[in-house]
Amino acid sequence: MDLYEYQAKELFGRHGIPVPAGRVAATPAEAREIAAELNAPVVIKAQVKTGGRGKAGGIRPAAGPVSAEQEAARVLGMDIKGHVARRVLVEAATVPFEEYYAAFLVDRTEGGFLAMVSGQGGMEIEELAATDPDAIVKLPIDPVTGVDADTARLLAAKSGLPEQAADTLEKLWRVLVEEDALLVEVNPLICTTDQHIVALDGKVTLDDNAYFRHAWEYAERTDSLEDRARAKGLNYVKLDGRVGVIGNGAGLVMSTLDVVAASRSEAISRAAPANFLDIGGGASAQVMADGLEIILADPDVRSVLVNVFGGITACDAVANGIVTALELLGERGHARPIVVRLDGNNAEVGRRILSEARHPAVRQVSTMDGAAETAARLAAGA
Amino acid sequence: MAIFLTKDSRVLVQGMTGAEGTRHTSRMLAAGTDVVAGVTPGKGGRSVDFGERTVPVFGSVAEAMAETGADVSVVFVPPRFTGGAVEEAVAAGVPLCVVITEGVPVHDAVRFRALANGRTRIIGPNCPGLISPGQSSAGIIPADITSAGRIGLVSKSGTLTYQLMYELRDLGFSTAVGIGGDPVVGTTHIDCLRAFQDDPGTDAIVMIGEIGGDAEERAAAFIAEHVTKPVVAYVAGFTAPEGKTMGHAGAIVSGSSGTAQAKKEALEAVGVRVGRTPSETARLMRSALSEGVPSSGGAAGAERPERGKAAAYGDRARLTE
Repeated sequence: MDLYEYQAKELFGRHGIPVPAGRVAATPAEAREIAAELNAPVVIKAQVKTGGRGKAGGIRPAAGPVSAEQEAARVLGMDIKGHVARRVLVEAATVPFEEYYAAFLVDRTEGGFLAMVSGQGGMEIEELAATDPDAIVKLPIDPVTGVDADTARLLAAKSGLPEQAADTLEKLWRVLVEEDALLVEVNPLICTTDQHIVALDGKVTLDDNAYFRHAWEYAERTDSLEDRARAKGLNYVKLDGRVGVIGNGAGLVMSTLDVVAASRSEAISRAAPANFLDIGGGASAQVMADGLEIILADPDVRSVLVNVFGGITACDAVANGIVTALELLGERGHARPIVVRLDGNNAEVGRRILSEARHPAVRQVSTMDGAAETAARLAAGA
Repeated sequence: MAIFLTKDSRVLVQGMTGAEGTRHTSRMLAAGTDVVAGVTPGKGGRSVDFGERTVPVFGSVAEAMAETGADVSVVFVPPRFTGGAVEEAVAAGVPLCVVITEGVPVHDAVRFRALANGRTRIIGPNCPGLISPGQSSAGIIPADITSAGRIGLVSKSGTLTYQLMYELRDLGFSTAVGIGGDPVVGTTHIDCLRAFQDDPGTDAIVMIGEIGGDAEERAAAFIAEHVTKPVVAYVAGFTAPEGKTMGHAGAIVSGSSGTAQAKKEALEAVGVRVGRTPSETARLMRSALSEGVPSSGGAAGAERPERGKAAAYGDRARLTE
């Protein structure tokens, strides 16, 4: 999970990393209050989980409380690359003397940790990596021994950061380890004219698998289908097509989406997948019913494709699950066509169970490719 | 033959007395696996009756290995205890540790991977394990959907593994390895490709990838340099939007990196045929095998063609005929 800048900076503050004085505001009036408390020129920063805020006009200076209110009114509600700014961070304006880049991250390629530090900060790191790759110092970090004071000093020296930045680097490493982060990035990390190191921005990605050992309260609960699915323990991602997809296993569901998308032709050009939904291994009747309920609650869905491979759970059990799920759904299960493909263990028995149930919305296709095509055609009304 | 797991493997199950552990130990036994021990801290001295066999439970991995000669551990413990369980197995020096558990914190995986440091092969976490059909199964891959044969399979995804195993059940498999869908895993596509290339019991390889990271791209470079056996591939996630985790913790397109398209192109550039659907991938494997495969045990090594990354699959087939 990505954190907002203000959340990342709260974390930094708790770990003793200097950040500018400031607070988050949800209304222009709050922004005005915060600016008045700070009693200094401020910067209003859109809180969105995407880059390029500055270029989009999401970062605005304000000389005092009155202009802070005006600027916050402009930034709040701003749409930056599809991310709407619902909050702004109101911060004391801090002037950099020098700008650096510092990050610690999980390196998927090597299966370890990596430090990336550069004496040139401020611009996008991808841009710097493309234009001047030698300006970024990359150092693999031993997962067992980690970053101590000596390693931090070495990192600072190698990348041309002042000596006093070493302490901040060591603390950023501790954020990565102690908070179970996959990424801790500061761009820019700055040195002020009076030689103080300050984290002027912050990006932190936390590991969703590590919730159990933290008291994180970052989840934003909304009424979206994704959150409703999550509340039922389902793995659901909303997409923009019309074929609702439900299956068992993340790989198989991803594959099903691809096969649906690939079966598009001129006549059925709008039959893209409407969602990703993985109901996992067991596919019990209740889980199947919950999954179908979420998918049928999406008004964009015109047809549903249930793609199940009977591996550990045999297809007769899966078929019984589908039949019971449709009983649980009652009338709601009749609204749109449901194409079912069952394959694997006991596939024939499973198909017979579904045939004998004679549910009017259900039709069976025995292959994955054929079922995807049928669901796509039905969604297009072709 | 097979890779990593054979009929001689002696398997212990960490977490055997838990519900999942018991259920899948029973299945592993039915698949022919020589399950010799269970490990549950604090429950040493007990045993679990599986009908045909009663399996003793030990309090530690070291004790179980010393008493039974176990050389494979399969881990079925909940996420919060998985890191500790794998570190214990590594410290005990078990040669192969298969981590089935989903939801293991990435930091724990990085740590046990570093501690294993080449002495223990870790497979997973968040994987279905591996199976050498007719010989042994370590994990949760269903044993009755396929048969023993000469195809090797390596995959990030469990159900796509099952799908391909089922579609090619008449030809059969030497070993199928589910390496897991997490961002950091113990065994990579490359480790399996190398082992299959060296395995005289494997004639051809199916490789299944999905969005996220660059493992498939690196596997492509490895294939170009080191693999002479036919490889067909499948990549899932062409329709995945940027920045969304698609079920598996590691299945995420970040910015422009980790896309299915880039992986497909990298594989095709080195002559690997990539199916558009799982079924087409199975058909590609059938035609790769019927076109004449380098005979195992000699020709592949002896006539390994000199070629760069761009060598076409067709060239390879002709050179090895």
